[in-house]
Amino acid sequence: MKLSQYPEAGKFGTFGGRYVPEILHPALEELENAYEEYKEDRDFEEELRTYNRDYGGRPSPLYYAERLTEVAGGAKIYLKREDLIHGGAHKFNNVMGQALLAKKIGKERLICETGAGQHGVATSLAGAVLDLKTEVYMGKVDVERQKPNVFRMELLGATVNVVDSGSATLKDAINEALRDWSGNVSNTHYLIGSVVGPHPYPMIVRDFQRVIGDEIKNQLKKKEGELPDHLVACVGGGSNAMGTFYPFADDKTVDLTGVEAGGNDEGNAASLSEGTEGVLHGARSYLLQDDGGQITETHSISAGLDYPGVGPEHALYKEVDRANYVQASDEEALIGFRRLAETEGIIPALEPAHAIHAGMDIASTMKPEETLVITLSGRGDKDLDTVRERLS
Amino acid sequence: MNEIATRIKEINRKDGGAFIPYLMAGDPTLERSLDYIRALAAGGADLIELGVPFSDPVADGPTIQAAGTRALKTTDRLEVVFELVEKVREEIEVPLVLMSYYNPVLQLGETKFLEKCREKGIDGVILPDLPPEDGNEFIQSAVEASVATPLLATPGTDKKRLTELAEKATGFLYLVSRPGTTGAKSGIGKITTEAIKSIKTRVPDELPVCVGFGLSTPKGVERVIRAGADGAIVGSAIVSRVGNGDKPEEIERFVAELNEGTKL
Repeated sequence: MKLSQYPEAGKFGTFGGRYVPEILHPALEELENAYEEYKEDRDFEEELRTYNRDYGGRPSPLYYAERLTEVAGGAKIYLKREDLIHGGAHKFNNVMGQALLAKKIGKERLICETGAGQHGVATSLAGAVLDLKTEVYMGKVDVERQKPNVFRMELLGATVNVVDSGSATLKDAINEALRDWSGNVSNTHYLIGSVVGPHPYPMIVRDFQRVIGDEIKNQLKKKEGELPDHLVACVGGGSNAMGTFYPFADDKTVDLTGVEAGGNDEGNAASLSEGTEGVLHGARSYLLQDDGGQITETHSISAGLDYPGVGPEHALYKEVDRANYVQASDEEALIGFRRLAETEGIIPALEPAHAIHAGMDIASTMKPEETLVITLSGRGDKDLDTVRERLS
Repeated sequence: MNEIATRIKEINRKDGGAFIPYLMAGDPTLERSLDYIRALAAGGADLIELGVPFSDPVADGPTIQAAGTRALKTTDRLEVVFELVEKVREEIEVPLVLMSYYNPVLQLGETKFLEKCREKGIDGVILPDLPPEDGNEFIQSAVEASVATPLLATPGTDKKRLTELAEKATGFLYLVSRPGTTGAKSGIGKITTEAIKSIKTRVPDELPVCVGFGLSTPKGVERVIRAGADGAIVGSAIVSRVGNGDKPEEIERFVAELNEGTKL
């Protein structure tokens, strides 16, 4: 079976599945059926394409970062500019698709979780433009460190619910969103922001995000006449990475590297490179947990990567050795952040700053005629306070 | 027929509905929770449901989440829960059903977990986030180990799925009274009583139907039993009293009152 053909019966090999309380079962069935129907629907496709183009700004540019390439000293580095998409991150791609789908199946209300706030902002703007009531769950710790995004969501008319349970970060926001959904399944769509959660979410989110990789393929073909040699993207839940990788899944000459949050001495959020197999938030995948199965607290400078799990499709890619998963520490992310600002005049979000650092390392080991694409998943306005504090 | 099912059916013949109280193992501490389990037995529990603390309890409302947070300080592993069960079994014969999220079970290993259940005297296991599709193997191994696996159904479960769930469930079918997480705040409405009636006609007679989520008063318990449920499960209402520091005697009295609601 080709890698691009997964999931099979809701599973990516042994990963994925639908480990949820029974109350959510009908809603997941309904979503899966609706998705299968609208996936083939020309009008739906056209509507989504129009939103992506005229409202979202797609296609995003593929930019040859000449100065970054010089500094790295190796392969030609291209940046996939998802930071230029409406809302400031790749989150838009998935949100518009899911929100339109939710509207088609008659839901009146969107709920979502958010870590860095980018997914919350994207969901809020979709809620505004499609006239759907929107509620965002966000951990208290993240509310503190991503304040501008909280205000942005409120301006867009969403209600932000602060979650204070557990570690008060992304995983707890997901717990709370799942609880809300359990009580309101009939009128509410849970708009998951990454390739995580129970089937069909990892598949749906990947399919809406694959536009990143599809565009890279076309754009690089025009510029270089061939496939890239290496793709690099950061991985928290893993949606921008899966969107980047998936269209190249069966192109074996293209190397894939996912960059996880290596954190610091106190902890990390590197589920694939440090974790073990387990079940959380509806899917079997790699998790950061203790040997009794309790989920452990994570640490990352970037709220968007601060999650103890990872999408099940990444777990499969790791298992079959299709992608390599490495880490960048908080410090390295800050180096990547500054490097990009200084050499290219682009302030990245702290999440893709991890990918910038790792991408430059990899590029330096490659030949000048080779190409490496880093997905710049979002812009860094939201992180200015965090970075200012760290640099002072 | 499974032992738990037999027991519930016996109670149905003599005494109305079965009364099934829930406690979180290790809440507020491992030692103290043994006193509370004694109180449940003394108050007339026909079956005791024992929660396994988990860091991310998505099916639970605030009350049981808080209990889990208290309990995790002393009871953060299944092995510790089994130690507690061993002590319970030295003096209490009431059937015990563990309610755990799947991940702790997966980490211990399904086979080892079921062996431990048998060895320590656990009669049934409810894993709310392990549906029959992903849990097929576990359910089969549990049947072989004579450990019951009640499955959850809801008022929104369609006929086809209900048939599947009823076929695979052993011990009893756990009917969730309403959409949402565990919690005592809402009463028992028409949706619940209608669902009980309709589900009772679709589920084979030898599989008891027990109702939980949102039951908090003797009156609520009575309503679901009158509507045809074979048993009533009360969790959050008891757990919140434990959280407020009620003494075991007070819990025993409360359980006895709730139990009255099952006697028609």
